[in-house]
Amino acid sequence: MAFENNIDVEHPVHDIRSEAFKNFEEKGFPTKKEEAWKYTSLKSLQKIDFSIFPKEVNALENKQVKKYFLQEIDTFKIVFVDGIYSSFLSETTHDGVDICLMSAALTKPMYKQYIDVYFNKVASKDDSLTTLNTAFSREGAFIYIPKNKMPKKPVEIVHFSTGNEASLMIQPRNLIIAEENAELQVIERHQSLTTNEVLTNVVTEIFAAKNAIIDYYKIQNDAKTASLIDNTYINQKSNSVVKVHTFSFGGKLTRNNLNFYQNGEYIDSTMKGITILGDKQHVDHHTLVHHIEPNCESHQDYKGVYGENSTGVFNGKIIVDKIAQKTNAFQQNNNILISDKATINTKPQLEIFADDVKCSHGCTIGQLDEDALFYLQSRGIPKKEARALLMYAFANNVLESVRISELKTSINRLIAEKLGVRLGFDL
Amino acid sequence: MAYTEEELKKELETKEYEYGFYTDIESDTFPVGLNEEIVIAISKKKEEPEWMTQWRLEAFKAWKLMEEPKWANITYPKPDFQAISYYSAPNSKPKYDSLDEVDPELLDTFKRLGISLDEQKKLAGVAVDIVMDSVSVATTFKKTLAEKGIIFCSISEAIKEHPELVKKYMGSVVPQKDNFYAALNAAVFSDGSFCYIPKGVRCPMELSTYFRINQAGTGQFERTLVIADEGSYVSYLEGCTAPSRDENQLHAAVVELIALDDAEIKYSTVQNWYPGDKEGKGGVFNFVTKRGICHRNSKISWTQVETGSAVTWKYPSCILKGDNSIGEFYSIAVTNNYQQADTGTKMIHIGKNTRSTIISKGISAGKSQNSYRGLVQVNSRAKNARNFSQCDSLLMGNDCGAHTFPYIEVKNKTAQIEHEATTSKIGEDQIFYCNQRGIDTEKAIALIVNGFSKEVLNKLPMEFAVEAQKLLEISLEGSVG
Repeated sequence: MAFENNIDVEHPVHDIRSEAFKNFEEKGFPTKKEEAWKYTSLKSLQKIDFSIFPKEVNALENKQVKKYFLQEIDTFKIVFVDGIYSSFLSETTHDGVDICLMSAALTKPMYKQYIDVYFNKVASKDDSLTTLNTAFSREGAFIYIPKNKMPKKPVEIVHFSTGNEASLMIQPRNLIIAEENAELQVIERHQSLTTNEVLTNVVTEIFAAKNAIIDYYKIQNDAKTASLIDNTYINQKSNSVVKVHTFSFGGKLTRNNLNFYQNGEYIDSTMKGITILGDKQHVDHHTLVHHIEPNCESHQDYKGVYGENSTGVFNGKIIVDKIAQKTNAFQQNNNILISDKATINTKPQLEIFADDVKCSHGCTIGQLDEDALFYLQSRGIPKKEARALLMYAFANNVLESVRISELKTSINRLIAEKLGVRLGFDL
Repeated sequence: MAYTEEELKKELETKEYEYGFYTDIESDTFPVGLNEEIVIAISKKKEEPEWMTQWRLEAFKAWKLMEEPKWANITYPKPDFQAISYYSAPNSKPKYDSLDEVDPELLDTFKRLGISLDEQKKLAGVAVDIVMDSVSVATTFKKTLAEKGIIFCSISEAIKEHPELVKKYMGSVVPQKDNFYAALNAAVFSDGSFCYIPKGVRCPMELSTYFRINQAGTGQFERTLVIADEGSYVSYLEGCTAPSRDENQLHAAVVELIALDDAEIKYSTVQNWYPGDKEGKGGVFNFVTKRGICHRNSKISWTQVETGSAVTWKYPSCILKGDNSIGEFYSIAVTNNYQQADTGTKMIHIGKNTRSTIISKGISAGKSQNSYRGLVQVNSRAKNARNFSQCDSLLMGNDCGAHTFPYIEVKNKTAQIEHEATTSKIGEDQIFYCNQRGIDTEKAIALIVNGFSKEVLNKLPMEFAVEAQKLLEISLEGSVG
C-alpha cells in the first residue's frame, strides 16, 4: 500500500504521526497473549483486507439515514460518510462554541493553540491501536467549549459506512475540550448501512477543565458485519463531572477501551453500560480509572444480557495512587446469561496503594428470578413480556442517569426491539 | 497512653522473627547445581525404582525448556537454580521407633517452636510426620492409623511400599509439566508426605506435618499426595517455620489432593517462613503448586494462614470434576515490611451442581504488596454451578498496596456467580467507637483485625487455631490481643 501518497508530510502534527506509526510498527496488532486482550481476538479481523483510504464519496439522502438521529429534539450534527465529512447532513457551529471538524482544527491557525496543548496529550502513546489511529486518522469531530459556556443543544457525532468498498477501515479521531464551568452533551454513533465489512478504530480525547460537566453517550447498535474498537481517553481537572454511558446492542466485535485520568481533587467519574447481545456477537468493555489525586470518586455500573452464541467481556481496573487518599471507587458488573452457548468473562481488578480509601467491586452472573417470572405470569403477563420486563428492571439503573429524555426513550425502544417485545409503554 | 497506629507500625517494623535460629545437625548435602546426574543421584539416594527415576527425568527434560512465570504481581531477584543444593538430609539416620531415639537437638528445636511432640501426642492426638530438611525423621501414631488401614508415611516410603497407589495418582492432578516450579519439583523432590484413607474410613485424628527449611543454601522441594478413597474423611494440617537467614531460600512444593466419590479432605496450612528483615533482606521464596480434584459428591476445603515468606506465589485450587462436588478456599494473607504475596485460588467447575466458596482476607502493612488472584471457571456442561467469592483487603499504613485480580469465566447459563471485593483501612470511627466504650486503641485494633479474619480462623481445626493466632501475633504483634 502506498501510504505515502496519502500522507501530508507538511502536516502540523506530522511528527506526532510518524512517531505513532513507528510505535505501531514495533508493536503490531495486539494478540491474545497480551493480558489486556486475553479474551478478545482480532485474528478474524486481521484476515480481512480492509481498504484504508476510500476513493469515492457516496452521497446519502437525508431520509435514508433519518432514523439514526435523535428525532424529537434538535441537535448539532457532525456526520461522516465512509470517514469523509458530509456537510449536507451536518449542522456545525462557531457561534460562541466550536463544534466542527478535526481536519479544520488541525489546519487552521486559530486552533493551533488548542492542538498544541491538547492533541494526543491524554491518548496512549504506546497502545498499538491508539497509535495506529494517531498515525492514520484524518477526520473526526472537534469540539471546543469556552469558559462558562454551554451549547444550545446536544451534539451528535455519527459515522455512516455505505459499503462502497468491499471492506473498509475507518479511523476517526475526536478531540473534545470543555473549559472551566462549561457543559456539554455528546452522542456518538457508528452505523453501517450495508452488509460489507467495516472496522472502525476510533480515538476520542476528552478534556474536562475545572467544574466542567460532560455527558457522553455511545450507541453501539451496528450491523452484524461491523466491528468497532473504541478508545476513549478522558482527562479531568478538579471538581469536574464526566459521565460516559455505553449502550452495546449490535456489531460483530466491539471493544471499548475507556480510560479516566483524574488530575485534580473532588472529581466525579461515572461510567455505565448496558450490553444486550445475541448471535455470535462479542463485546469487550475495558475500563480504567486512575485516581491520581485525593478526594475523588468513581462509579462504574455495567449490566449485560447475553444470548445465543455471544460473548461478553468486562475488565474494569481501578488504580489508586499513594497520595490519592479519601478515594471512593465503586465498581459493579451484573450479568445474565440466557443461552447455554453464551460466555461471559469478567475480571474486575483493583490496584490500591493508599490506605484511607473505600474501594469495592461486585460482580454477579446469574439468571432471571424464576419466582418473579412466575408472579408476573400469574398476573396475566405472557412469559416473553415478563422476561423482558425483568430485564428492563435489571438494566434500568443505568438508564436512570441518562439526562436527555428523548435519548432515554430511543434507547428504551432499542432495548424492546432487541428483546423482541412490545411493551406498550415507555419507561 | 493512647496507642496510636504510628506506634503500632514502628513496633511491627522492629519486630524480629522470633523463630529465627539455626539447628546444627550435620547434614548429608549434595553439591550445588542441577543436571541429569543430580536428578538420578537423588533418585538413587532414595532407593527409588526405575519408573520413578524415569518420571523425574521426564520432568527435568520438560523443565529445561520452560521459562519462569512472570505474570504474578511480584518482583524478586531470579533464583539461580544452579547455585542450589538439591538434596540435604539430617544424617543422624532416621528410622526411630520412639521419640527417645530422636536427636535431642532436633527435639529441642521443635520445643522452641512450641511443637512438643510428646505433648501433641498426648493432648492433641495429632500424628506428626516431621519433615526436617527433606527427610522424614519421626512418624508417630503410625500404629493407631495402621489399624484403620490408613497409610500415612513419607512419600519415599510410599514409593517403595505402595508403588501401585503412587503410580496411579502422582502427577494426576499436578502433571509434571504443569508449570515451571511444579516441573522443577517433580524432577528433584526430596521428600514429602503420603496419605491414603481407605474406603469409608473416617480418619480419627488430624494428620499433621511440619516443614522446616534448615540447612543453609538448600532448597526445599516437598511433594505431598493425599488420597481419600470413597466415602472417607481426612483433615490434614501443614505448618511451617524456618530459621533466619540472609540469602534467599527457594521453596517449590507440590501438593496433590484426590477426593474420590463421597470423600472429604480438609487441608489446612499455617505458613510462617522467614519473611526477611525489615529492609527486605533475605527471606524465603515460596512458589507452591497445590491442587485437588473432587469426584462425585466429594468435598475439598483449603484453609491457609500465610504470614511468612519474602515472596509467596501460591494458588490452592479445586477441580470440581464430579457432580455435586464442593470446593472451598479460606485464606488469610498477612504481609509486612517488604513481603510480597500473590495468592488466591482456582475453582474449575466441570460437574453438575458443583459449588464453591472463596473467602480471602488480605492484610498489608509496612511496605508490603498483597495480591489476590483467583479464577472461577464454569464449563459449558457444569449445570447449576454456584460460586460465592469474597475478597477483602485491609491496609495499614500508606506504603503498602492491596491488589485484586479476580478472573471469572462462565459458559453456562444456569451458573450463579457472586463476587465481591472491598478495600479499606481500619476506620477512625471504629476505633473512636471502641475508645469511647473504654477500649484502648491497641485492643481496638486487635478486635478489628480479629473480627476481620474471624471467618477464616474459624475454619481452622481446633489444634491449629491456637497456632494460627500465634502467627498472626508475630506478624502483626501489638494489634492482636
